[in-house]
Amino acid sequence: MAARKITTPLTDDVVRDLKAGDAVQITGVIYQARDAAHKKLVALVEAGEPLPFELQGAVVYYMGPSPAKPGNVIGSAGPTTSGRMDAYAPLLMQHGLKGMIGKGLRTQEVKDAMKEYTAVYFAATGGAGALLAMSIVGNEVIAWPELGAEAVARLEVKDFPAIVVNDCHGGDLYEEGRKRYAKTV
Amino acid sequence: MPVRELDVREVAEAVKAMCITANYDLPQDVYKALVKAREAEESPVGKEVLGQLVENADIAAADRVPICQDTGFAVIFAEVGQDVHLVGGPFEVAVNEGVRQGYDDGYLRKSVAEEPAHARRNTKDNTPAIIHTSIVPGDKVRLTMMAKGGGAENMSSLNMLKPSQGWGGMVKAVVDTVAKAGSNPCPPVIIGVGIGGTIDMVTVLAKKALLREIGSTHPDPRIAGMEAELLEKVNALGIGPQGLGGSTTALAVFIEEMPCHIVSMPLAVNVQCHAQRHETVEL
Repeated sequence: MAARKITTPLTDDVVRDLKAGDAVQITGVIYQARDAAHKKLVALVEAGEPLPFELQGAVVYYMGPSPAKPGNVIGSAGPTTSGRMDAYAPLLMQHGLKGMIGKGLRTQEVKDAMKEYTAVYFAATGGAGALLAMSIVGNEVIAWPELGAEAVARLEVKDFPAIVVNDCHGGDLYEEGRKRYAKTV
Repeated sequence: MPVRELDVREVAEAVKAMCITANYDLPQDVYKALVKAREAEESPVGKEVLGQLVENADIAAADRVPICQDTGFAVIFAEVGQDVHLVGGPFEVAVNEGVRQGYDDGYLRKSVAEEPAHARRNTKDNTPAIIHTSIVPGDKVRLTMMAKGGGAENMSSLNMLKPSQGWGGMVKAVVDTVAKAGSNPCPPVIIGVGIGGTIDMVTVLAKKALLREIGSTHPDPRIAGMEAELLEKVNALGIGPQGLGGSTTALAVFIEEMPCHIVSMPLAVNVQCHAQRHETVEL
């Protein structure tokens, strides 16, 4: 599959051009954040306080790595199930979040917010944490280190492989792919 | 029959070693099943994903890093021979010590939260392990360690069916569980089905079923046929590798059954991601 190379932060033009099913390679900075970090990020947004990173154009990666071995940038680093972040995602998109990387189904509210705020949801291969770690070339915890694997980290990625699942036009690869290969038995 | 003494420090050492190797080395049967699925998969995207999973297993084994960052809840099945006298301390303390050391020395993620209903504090050493102990004949201790990831476990189901629902009801329960799970449990999955017993036993049966070797055939031809039918129906859903569409939704379906109450028809579906990490040792 020919993958399209994209760089972060994402612009609306790039997001609009991405369609469900597109393979991409992401280069630039993405932010590791999952359950506990999302709860805190949303609390800051609601309080009108500054976030630990610039949300405008940002891509978050729903991921909590295993500990890095000495000399390695990061441990295994595959996506976690995105649905647990559904409650928080629309507000973050409203405030500029443009991309989410994870795995698994999103709610209709999240998909609607992606259309309204021009954002995109990518799937990375779940359970390929050793492989995906090789595309992560920089890793710095920037907020809430006490959360351990759930802290917010600034990750520098190079040609990080992902697939567009939900685009900002309502395209949904999980639905379309399933229909295409479903059989009657 | 003389009683054999076994120091529980040997148990701790064995558990520690299994936690690490289970997380680095994908079992050969799972690896072969992924390679085979990559050839057979109808979807180009699905083929690509399966190729990544094979490559990932190669990298993990070569670089001695975890296959997946979710290095799991440590589930231990212990079959303790009744002619063994365990010495040197409490057995469960030793098992947990092994988990603690393995998850620390192996750079494995600690994924256990205590007081789940309120504080949800990480125990920071991946203990306590889930320990299922059974007493068996003989003077050996057989230990199996499963690293059970949370994403697939969350998609599992318990179904208290009516006996009148029969096989059709059972098929529906399994297929519906997988259909609803979609991309969440990291397909291609392995499906453990427990049938019978009580609500506690049926889930243990489903988990034990996951330990069967992929490619093996159930000794009871009726159950073997049921497994084949379920596998075909699950794969017909079209969910495919990572839920992106395709012909490989599951690598295997395994059933374990036991007697149940005359009014009951318990059925548990334990969903397992493709990273089916487990290891067994005999002491």
